[in-house]
Amino acid sequence: MFSNKIGLKLTFGVVLTILIAIGIFAFFNIQSEKQRLLTEVERHANQLSDAVKSDTEYDMLHNDRERIHESIHRIGNQEGIDRVRVFNKSGEIIYSSETAEIGTMVDQNAESCYRCHSAGAPLERLEQKERARVFHPHEDSPRLLGIINPIYNSPSCWTAACHAHPETQTVLGVLDVTIPLTEVDRNIRRSQMAVVILAISAILILSLIVGFMVRWWIDRPIRELLTGMKHVAGGNLGFRVKVKSEDELGMLARSYNNMTENLAEARLQLFQSDKLASLGRLAAGVAHEINNPLTAVLTNSSYLLKRSQGQPEMSEDLQVIVSETIRCREIVKSLLDFARQTVPKKRKADINEIIGRAAKVIENQLSMRQVELVMELEPTLPDVRVDANQIQQVFINLMVNALDAIGDNKGTIRITSKTISLNPTGVLQIKRALCPKRHDLVDRKVQIDAKPAISMRYRQQKQTGIIHLNPMYGSSEHRLNGMPAFDDSTELLCPDCSASLIVDGELCPKCGSPIYAFEVPLKGLVKGCLHEGCAWHHWKQVESSWDDEYVEVQVIDNGCGIPEEQLPKLFEPFATTKGQKGTGLGLAVTWGIIDNHNGTISVKSELGVGTSFIILIPVGT
Amino acid sequence: MKQKRDILVIDDEPMVTRSVVKICSAEGMTVSDAGHASEALQSLEHYEFRLILCDIMMPELNGFQFLEELARRGIHTPVVMMTGYSTVENAVRSMTTTGAIDYIPKPFTADELLTVIQRSLRCATLLNDAESASLTRRDAMGYIPCPADYYKLGYVSWARMEDKGTAVIGVSDLFLKSAVGIRELELNQAGEDLLQGISCAEMTSSDGEKHSVMCPLSGRILTINSEAQSTPSLVEKDPYFRGWLYRILPSNPASDLQWLSL
Repeated sequence: MFSNKIGLKLTFGVVLTILIAIGIFAFFNIQSEKQRLLTEVERHANQLSDAVKSDTEYDMLHNDRERIHESIHRIGNQEGIDRVRVFNKSGEIIYSSETAEIGTMVDQNAESCYRCHSAGAPLERLEQKERARVFHPHEDSPRLLGIINPIYNSPSCWTAACHAHPETQTVLGVLDVTIPLTEVDRNIRRSQMAVVILAISAILILSLIVGFMVRWWIDRPIRELLTGMKHVAGGNLGFRVKVKSEDELGMLARSYNNMTENLAEARLQLFQSDKLASLGRLAAGVAHEINNPLTAVLTNSSYLLKRSQGQPEMSEDLQVIVSETIRCREIVKSLLDFARQTVPKKRKADINEIIGRAAKVIENQLSMRQVELVMELEPTLPDVRVDANQIQQVFINLMVNALDAIGDNKGTIRITSKTISLNPTGVLQIKRALCPKRHDLVDRKVQIDAKPAISMRYRQQKQTGIIHLNPMYGSSEHRLNGMPAFDDSTELLCPDCSASLIVDGELCPKCGSPIYAFEVPLKGLVKGCLHEGCAWHHWKQVESSWDDEYVEVQVIDNGCGIPEEQLPKLFEPFATTKGQKGTGLGLAVTWGIIDNHNGTISVKSELGVGTSFIILIPVGT
Repeated sequence: MKQKRDILVIDDEPMVTRSVVKICSAEGMTVSDAGHASEALQSLEHYEFRLILCDIMMPELNGFQFLEELARRGIHTPVVMMTGYSTVENAVRSMTTTGAIDYIPKPFTADELLTVIQRSLRCATLLNDAESASLTRRDAMGYIPCPADYYKLGYVSWARMEDKGTAVIGVSDLFLKSAVGIRELELNQAGEDLLQGISCAEMTSSDGEKHSVMCPLSGRILTINSEAQSTPSLVEKDPYFRGWLYRILPSNPASDLQWLSL
């Protein structure tokens, strides 16, 4: 449980570090506090010891033992002093605040003698700091501090009237003052307690803060990501991770969202190509079976056609059988090729002629259903390199669809063809637009002409708001939502991260205003100008590789129309609008053929008014 | 001495054999038919044919197994393969397997069938002559030998690998001779993709028949020989050098080349 939570691991690591740091700090703090208190007491005891020595010096010189006794007894019984005693060089206690002790001998190994007598020869001089010792007289008594103060021989001693000490003697005796450390120990314990409490509360507070931060900045986004991944793993590719932060995890979440979006697209394509692959297998099996009977039809009809040269009526009918059987052959083949995704067999061809051939095929159906076919064809249409059979199939598909849309009502199908010059302006839809920090500016909730718009935030002096740009490249029909006139002080920002979209150091070549830019993934930067009346725009990658001459063919009917919600899925395989009647393959195959010719096909429809399909085929290819 | 006939057609679909027999007899050819490979082998014991038309997908022995059987029996009659399952692999195998000289995908028109038959018959004759004639006589007959380092797809087309990784492709001499004179040559455009075994150029011969040239290598067209396009007779005069068709960037040379012969 612990080992698989990164937040807990991280918190544990940080708390452990804090624990060690504060522990070390507290330990040294307690040690130094102890030392300080002890030094203070020691200094105090030394002063006291020196005071006793100088107080009794006079009496010593006069050998006034009664007064010395009296002085030592008085001092020794003061509060905060355990006892005061003086012993001579041989260890006999001469004076003591405890009368019972007087006259007894002190062993050389006793705590008070040990300091000087531990080495072989006794020390003759004892430094101030070496005089103190801390000891327990017995196990459960409080600690005591003893100060030994050697009484050195001096001229005044050996010249004194009593002649008690010879001149050769260095140390005459020792003054031993003992002070209980009860109070000091209590202070030490109190400050120890304070430091420990402080350390524990610091550790607790820091751990809480660290834990909270880890939870907020790491744990929570990671959990969001994890939830997202679980959703995606479970097949829900529509799930988006909600992480707003700008840090690496935020980037990760956005990249992850981008990835799932691409994955969803790829899956859709895979799904379609899967359907196409099974269609291919089906077609391959059917092709073999169909081609044998077709061989019999084709050889016999073409043979008859050869023999019927003198009979125009018969040869015309036979010509239809032959050409239609050839078309069947090409359909079977193109079905195989389409499933195998091979290249179309392109030859230079006249589109008008192909339209004529297609019209001829459905002539009978048209007259049976009393539908009028109007052809408005531009006579000087340039030849286009196409696979004529595939393109004929496209026109037939569209006309049969139009017939079905018209149904039993009388109606009209119009086919128009013309040459048009197109620049990418107004033709190309920008489907993704990224800010410098890679947030998608395309807002699916706001649509202009049923297409998701590009959102930007503007800021000018104190006014701010969101504007929506038309996603059709080059269109100037934006929704500026009351933005003041664009000038040098206007900032354009990403609505998500407020990264600036204004290009540094580049001005509009038309009007000299600052320009904005965003990136279209894999297709480079799109730049534009928002200055009033100036609609300058530039998309280098698209402008440089654009073919500008197209043959446009429109197939227009006044049938029942297609509901708006079905339009986006119209070109997907098996997305039939005809219920049981259609296979749902016609428009998918059509789309595939046009796409193979580097062309585009689009549809406009209004319920009850009619539908028009618009095909654009580049003349250049 | 076996009796001589022109064509033997083998297909498990009687409608197909019946149609082929009808068209060929109308053109004055003598034709036999067989419903499967063993029936054909029986026919071959009694007759000597100039050409065999054989379906690929048949029960018992399929078309390629039939070719092996012919080789085992030492029968050298050239075979044209037919199939309703026109895959690239079938097409290429039909051009390169010993014994087979051409390929026709079903369904076909009477004219397409006759074009292939005429071309194959001419080709068979040329091959026979070449075999029986001496080297000097071959030169005298106007044969243009194919250079040694050229890869050949049957007798139809060739490819020469270049150091830069590109390849040059063109039409073989024998194919041009079998088609009797080029009047027109229609080529694809630079930038388009070619597939091995699929038509890469269309030739119209002087008798008005259309001949598809099967591409020896898959790849993208880099340049077209505009000289050959403007004067198609150049291809006929110098098929292996100045009469090349395309310079291409091969897309899959390793697997393509294993079908070709040096």
